[in-house]
Amino acid sequence: MLTNKKLRTLLIALPAITLMACSSGPSDEELEAERQNAAAAAAQQAQQEAEAAAQAAAAQAEAAAAEQLQRAQQMMEQEKAELESQQTVYFDFDRATIKSEFFPVLRKHAEFLVKNPGQTVVIEGHTDSRGTPEYNIALGERRAKAVETFFQNEGVSASQISVVSYGEEKPSVTGTSEYAFAQNRRAVVVYQ
Amino acid sequence: MSLKSVVKSVLVTVLVLSAVATQAKIEIVITEGVSNARPIAVVPFRWNGATVLPEDISDVITNNLLRSGKFNPMKMSDMPQFPTQDDEVDYDAWAEKGIDTVLVGNIEERGNGQYEVSFQLIDVLRAQATGGESKSLVNGALVLSKDHIVEAREKIINTADFRQYAHIISDIVYESLIGERGAFLTRIAYVIVRDRETNPLPFQLVISDYDGENETRLLSSPEPLMSPAWSPDGNQLAYVSFENKKSQIFIQDIYTTRRTLVTDFPGINGSPAFSPDGKKLAMVLSKDGNPEIYVMDLASRNLERITRNRTIDTEPSWAPDGKTLIFSSERGGKPQIYQVNLDTKRARRLTFEGEMNLGASITPDNTNLVVVNRTQGDYHIARQNLQNGNMLVLTKTFLDESPSIAPNGSMIIYSTVHEGKQVLSLVSLDGRFKALLPAAEGQVKSPSWSPFLL
Repeated sequence: MLTNKKLRTLLIALPAITLMACSSGPSDEELEAERQNAAAAAAQQAQQEAEAAAQAAAAQAEAAAAEQLQRAQQMMEQEKAELESQQTVYFDFDRATIKSEFFPVLRKHAEFLVKNPGQTVVIEGHTDSRGTPEYNIALGERRAKAVETFFQNEGVSASQISVVSYGEEKPSVTGTSEYAFAQNRRAVVVYQ
Repeated sequence: MSLKSVVKSVLVTVLVLSAVATQAKIEIVITEGVSNARPIAVVPFRWNGATVLPEDISDVITNNLLRSGKFNPMKMSDMPQFPTQDDEVDYDAWAEKGIDTVLVGNIEERGNGQYEVSFQLIDVLRAQATGGESKSLVNGALVLSKDHIVEAREKIINTADFRQYAHIISDIVYESLIGERGAFLTRIAYVIVRDRETNPLPFQLVISDYDGENETRLLSSPEPLMSPAWSPDGNQLAYVSFENKKSQIFIQDIYTTRRTLVTDFPGINGSPAFSPDGKKLAMVLSKDGNPEIYVMDLASRNLERITRNRTIDTEPSWAPDGKTLIFSSERGGKPQIYQVNLDTKRARRLTFEGEMNLGASITPDNTNLVVVNRTQGDYHIARQNLQNGNMLVLTKTFLDESPSIAPNGSMIIYSTVHEGKQVLSLVSLDGRFKALLPAAEGQVKSPSWSPFLL
């Protein structure tokens, strides 16, 4: 801000010069210098105003961009929340094949993950309580991996997915009814 | 601090390693007795003391013998007399009641928390035949041998040792009369799952005496605990914990509660089983793509891969000689039991009956295979003779799993569903004796019977 400082010095100096000039009357050269000074000051001011305007415009643009980003973020969160409400797919007894009715919802998850490569998920595999706990751990892993493979075939990066099988250890519905069994044979996509 | 490390540190503080005595004890309810069980009378031991008897030894022995499925102890109200030693026993009076064996004893308070316990196991029929005065030749001279007294011992014990000594007496009686070692001085490890909604640490690893007494909590966790397995010296348990949101195998000393992380591979870390010499741990890992059987040398931590195929291989269990493993495999379609030689890695199929067979183990005498058999959709505990391949379904309960054989091969403990709750259950190896072990609270699963502890 060198120019600003110079200007301020000039403005303070000017009345003193004028005062001195009055005592003997200003010379033509002095008048000329004064005119030039005044012009310089005006130019300076105009430049300052322009700068300020540019700054304001930039700030406005930045704010708009931030708002847009926030909106995108919000949309992503909203999309994620919507996906999280459809995070479970169900399996037939002793099966790890994904039923075609779950393809659309799994594709939505996959699209989202492809769009957001920083997003990671854990796929949990679960079984009903029939069979032994150890075998069910293996069966649960097979179910979770079926979902993992589906995602990878849809273009999701392997680094975004991890898999854990809980077998029969974490039923979503307790009890031994057919309904409970069906609810517990599942894979769950958990966003991290 | 990243969110992950925050979560991790929270988990570490939430997880509780403990050795806390719990209140929710398990009791044994016999659902099917054995009609030809051997009659015996356990006469209440005479108590000579100024204070209160710390524990009713006779009662513990009576319950032990009853729960073995091999004895039918006489009710106290039916006893013709209450002798405390051989010379007080009226042999004819007992024989008349159909009792051929009587256990009598005496407990003397010695002060300073010490007690002298003595007992005699009397063969009533032999005593009737000899008039209790049998003689035999010793160094050429005829001496009184009293061979109707099958066992007679005395021992000084402390207040805290009463239950243990009652189990020791039970073991002596059992072995004298049945001819195989008793398994009363053993423990079981199991997992209790309390309500996950209301309990911050619903998964608990618990140890108790074989009869459900002295229940001690070893570990409480917010995430599942699975597959406890005893070391052959009875000092350690290997188990699977999901406390870090993935499966990991730990080995924990049950006395110091100190524990070691054994495996932390990507995928399944499961189904640990100590080798009979305690030097190796068989396990299931899916780090190479799908569940395979591995054996880890515990000293060097070296891993050897045992199975290699594209289907599920799981549930390794050691043959008594430690030279082969049996395991469940889907290589032939539905899961069946196979046996693999650890040197040649060659496997052969053992089971063919039913839709599937899972969770197998071999009896200590190497004669039978104990499995979870599925036939027409029902899961039951079954036994297959290893010589002739005949399979016998032992249970009629619902959704049976996790069978574990007592170290003397007499009894199987397993998990089943009773009145909508997961509970432990017992069945004798011949299938004739059955008992439930209902717990006061929570689902009880994954029982594992300890080795002999003395």
